[in-house]
Amino acid sequence: MTAQFLPRRQFLLRAAGAAGFVLVPGLWRPLGATPAEVKAEIAKLVGEAALRPGLVKLDLPVLVESPNAVGMTVTAGTPPAGTRIQSFHVFAAANPLPNVGHFHFGPRAGRPRVSTHIRLADSQTVTAIAKLSDGSCWSDSVDLLVTLSACLD
Amino acid sequence: MTRVLIRVPKTVKPGQEFEIKVLISHPMETGYRRDHQGTPIPRDIVKQFRCTLDGEEVFRAEMFPAIAANPYFFFHAVAERGGTLRFEWSDERGTAWRESAALTVE
Amino acid sequence: MIRQAAMAVALLATWPAAAQTDDMANPAFLWVEEGKALWSERPRPGAKSCADCHGAAETAMRGVAARHPAFDAKRGRAMLLTQRLDACRVEHQGETPFEPESRRQLGLAAYIALQSRGLPVAIAADGPLAKTVAEGRALYTRRIGQLDLSCAQCHDDLVGRRLAATAIPSGHVNAYPVYRSDWLGMGSFWRRLGNCTTGVRAEAFAPHSPEHVALESYLAARGNDLPMQAPGFRN
Ligand code: HEC
Ligand code: HEC
Repeated sequence: MTAQFLPRRQFLLRAAGAAGFVLVPGLWRPLGATPAEVKAEIAKLVGEAALRPGLVKLDLPVLVESPNAVGMTVTAGTPPAGTRIQSFHVFAAANPLPNVGHFHFGPRAGRPRVSTHIRLADSQTVTAIAKLSDGSCWSDSVDLLVTLSACLD
Repeated sequence: MTRVLIRVPKTVKPGQEFEIKVLISHPMETGYRRDHQGTPIPRDIVKQFRCTLDGEEVFRAEMFPAIAANPYFFFHAVAERGGTLRFEWSDERGTAWRESAALTVE
Repeated sequence: MIRQAAMAVALLATWPAAAQTDDMANPAFLWVEEGKALWSERPRPGAKSCADCHGAAETAMRGVAARHPAFDAKRGRAMLLTQRLDACRVEHQGETPFEPESRRQLGLAAYIALQSRGLPVAIAADGPLAKTVAEGRALYTRRIGQLDLSCAQCHDDLVGRRLAATAIPSGHVNAYPVYRSDWLGMGSFWRRLGNCTTGVRAEAFAPHSPEHVALESYLAARGNDLPMQAPGFRN
């Protein structure tokens, strides 16, 4: 049967199934971290402190076409008087390891900011946490959609 | 082989924030991939990256396999006087690399 | 174990200001840096470097990638940029050709292509190159592989449609060689071509084979007037 006689969707699926086009899933084992694992990682970081929304800003595309190198930027607003931002911590719940990176800002840092490229295994919520010198923790999250073959249905 | 590209301004003003960009050559093997024979490719990632100015920390990253191949970092620094910017990074097998750049403040 | 980063002292503050922001985020520039070093490296004592004959790449190589593939009157055939590099390597440096897809070949090709960035693609497609371009076009529209598909069916008729996660691009080559995150590295048009022929379950064409040369010539000519973007970045 040639592609000509297939409905377009089936044609595309079939072509996609052929090796050489779908390289993405091979990078990761299919299983993501469990919500409990993610919670545990975040709890390790935050400790007794409450996790407050705000202050930190996580920039990621909401629609991810190519999850092998997704541009990510974490920045923050002005922290409460008498405190400074010590670090950012990023978690991707559906990755096989929820930890993405810990980013620390020393005495010679300017405004806390980090831009980098990350890998995302699947559609998921990515969370960035800012830890301040007084121990308080602030967070921001982005729900994003990784477009895998499922979107052909 | 080029191991790293580093971009810092040649001169900066005292107390004025400036940008540092670093691109490290490294495959960041996740440990989840298999080769053509189906054998798992062992995890091989840069674990730590650190930038200091005359020994004082500017920025430090602890990385996981979710950092993309050829890690790229963009961050800010501030300097009151000139000095040496040092960049150090290491993998999980104990290999470490370093590079430095002179910074002129005027 | 501490290793001093070997040829790494790449403080790029000298690059054109406009290009700065994005370039550092494109790992292709790790390859470019190698190509730059290679340009003035003598392969062995007594042999000449590219720079010894050509001078500064910024002036000597400006526009060169934008008009390749080109017909070579001396040799009487179409030549890709990478074949040019090999010709100089062999005939002028007395060395062996570059290994296809090696860091050195890609780095040098990317470094030379960078000297044409922003210039319009300018393939002389109606001169003596016309025959090769026509052969490329014929290949491009021929159905191949178990899936019995032609390049044109995807890259002309289904542009923008999705193949799994990927939108089908229009199949231009003005950004090649490119860095691809799923390759964890750089590759030329030939490597990309291999992905597409495997994709339709067809036999791959050998590097620098007549089919490769014809297809690259046709695709380059089809992109005439587009701005040169190499080295590109593809996710
Ligand atoms: C001994 C001198 C010599 C050396 C060394 C040399 N070349 Fe050449 N190159 C030439 C000459 C002469 C030509 C034009 C005629 C030809 O095709 O050989 C040329 C042509 C080229 C062209 C085509 C230029 C155009 O305008 O179309 C490129 C690209 C090139 N060389 C790249 C290189 C690179 C890269 C190296 C180093 C790996 C190199 N050359 C080393 C002499 C040299
Ligand atoms: C089944 C559809 C299909 C066929 C047939 C096909 N390709 Fe592709 N091609 C793609 C897709 C999808 C991509 C993009 C993949 C990606 O970026 O992950 C692509 C990418 C390319 C690119 C890179 C474009 C860019 O901007 O990076 C070129 C060039 C190309 N193909 C040429 C060809 C040639 C030549 C043929 C015929 C031998 C061919 N393709 C056949 C689907 C196809």
